[in-house]
Amino acid sequence: MSDLLKNLIRFAVFILVQVFILHKIPPLHRFVVPYLYFLYIIWLPFSVGRTWLMVIAFVFGLTLDYFLGTPGLHAAACVLIAYVRPFLVNMLIRQETTEQSYGSPSIHSMGWAPYGLLVFVLTFLHHSYLVLLEWLQFPGSFFYFIGKVLASTAVSMGLILVTELLFYRKERYRTNAA
Amino acid sequence: MRNIFLFIRRYFNFLFFLALQVLALSFLFRYNKFHEAAFMGVASEVTGRINARYNNVEYYFKLKKANEALVQENLRLREQLRSNYQPADTAVQLVVDSIRVDSLLRFQKYHYMEAMVVGGFVTTQTNFYTIHRGSDQGVKVDMAVIGPSGIVGRVVNVSANFATVMSVLSRQFRVDAKLKNSGERGTVGWDGVDPHYVQMRNVSKSVEVKRGDTIMTSELSSIFPPNILIGTVDTFYTDPSSNFHTLKLKTTTNFSTVQYVYLAQNSQLEEQKLLEAATKKTNE
Repeated sequence: MSDLLKNLIRFAVFILVQVFILHKIPPLHRFVVPYLYFLYIIWLPFSVGRTWLMVIAFVFGLTLDYFLGTPGLHAAACVLIAYVRPFLVNMLIRQETTEQSYGSPSIHSMGWAPYGLLVFVLTFLHHSYLVLLEWLQFPGSFFYFIGKVLASTAVSMGLILVTELLFYRKERYRTNAA
Repeated sequence: MRNIFLFIRRYFNFLFFLALQVLALSFLFRYNKFHEAAFMGVASEVTGRINARYNNVEYYFKLKKANEALVQENLRLREQLRSNYQPADTAVQLVVDSIRVDSLLRFQKYHYMEAMVVGGFVTTQTNFYTIHRGSDQGVKVDMAVIGPSGIVGRVVNVSANFATVMSVLSRQFRVDAKLKNSGERGTVGWDGVDPHYVQMRNVSKSVEVKRGDTIMTSELSSIFPPNILIGTVDTFYTDPSSNFHTLKLKTTTNFSTVQYVYLAQNSQLEEQKLLEAATKKTNE
């Protein structure tokens, strides 16, 4: 399957799962909002340029926003993590080998620790920004802000771990011949 | 000039990032103020269609609860029938004090229509429903949305065949309410904590409040018809630093199982708004 087709299908699946499964779960606690959809942006190939990454993230976030009735909220958070992702990837992996040999970030291509760190930092950034914007609109206590960021990050990390284990993506090793 | 171009080229990604952020945030804050965002009409038509597909399945799982709510509503209406009231003394005669509907028609203030809920959630701070009726069927912005067991929300966005309803469980939602017993008024809003409870503020401390008291919409709310159920008092706090009670209400509507709603249009809303706006101007 071509990368383009694969990512188009992923786009639809991530949005549908977020809207019709994760947002339909009765609220467990006011701090916990199960978010998984932004994993799509983490999974995009290395070869996507930074500008395009941001464009895709914007469209992706806005699509979710239109389903949830909050135009701009998730789009802003998605664009932020899309902007930060290339910096982190450059920091976490050796340039010459991985980025050129593998298609996209995964446990297989980056290793457990660097990939885990990448996912954690992006999840934390995404949630902080999202909750910050929400907090600006409806001011509450600072405790609420911190609590919601930490609880949602923990839940998202759990969900991402489950997703990674269920859908293990074995990245094709790219050779010069291909 | 050359330096400017060099600067833009060098920091293109950062500038592009800022531009997208500004665009997203302008969508967000504009929407919160006016409830209209770019492409919202087109988008809600598309999301509404997908929601309707999904609802075809979900519908069956909610049927039982929707039925129960409808039966309860019928029960309440049946209790109001005149034939239920018969005094033992034949000298007492009950007369229904009303004119025939035909002659009343031109005085009808609220017009109703029914709609099916095809999408919605209660998990965020601003919760919305999508209903399968739009401007083609006569839905307008600011119509009241009422469920079988009480208040649900108000219409904020309309496309051709779908409409978006801001539910009571939304941090921006406010409705003028009153206590059924004393008629004392206050404002109902949601604090974003628990989808089963809403808060009523600005109730004077001199009012006696008991647990279980019924709260309804007041005559002051121009969007909602009066005497629509909102909830019952669960607990109430009295803040020593203010003159008001804060009541915690258990909502009568179960927001996660709403399946059918009624839309109510106040036909005199325009007139009232114009007059109020004009009065405001003279005061300034």
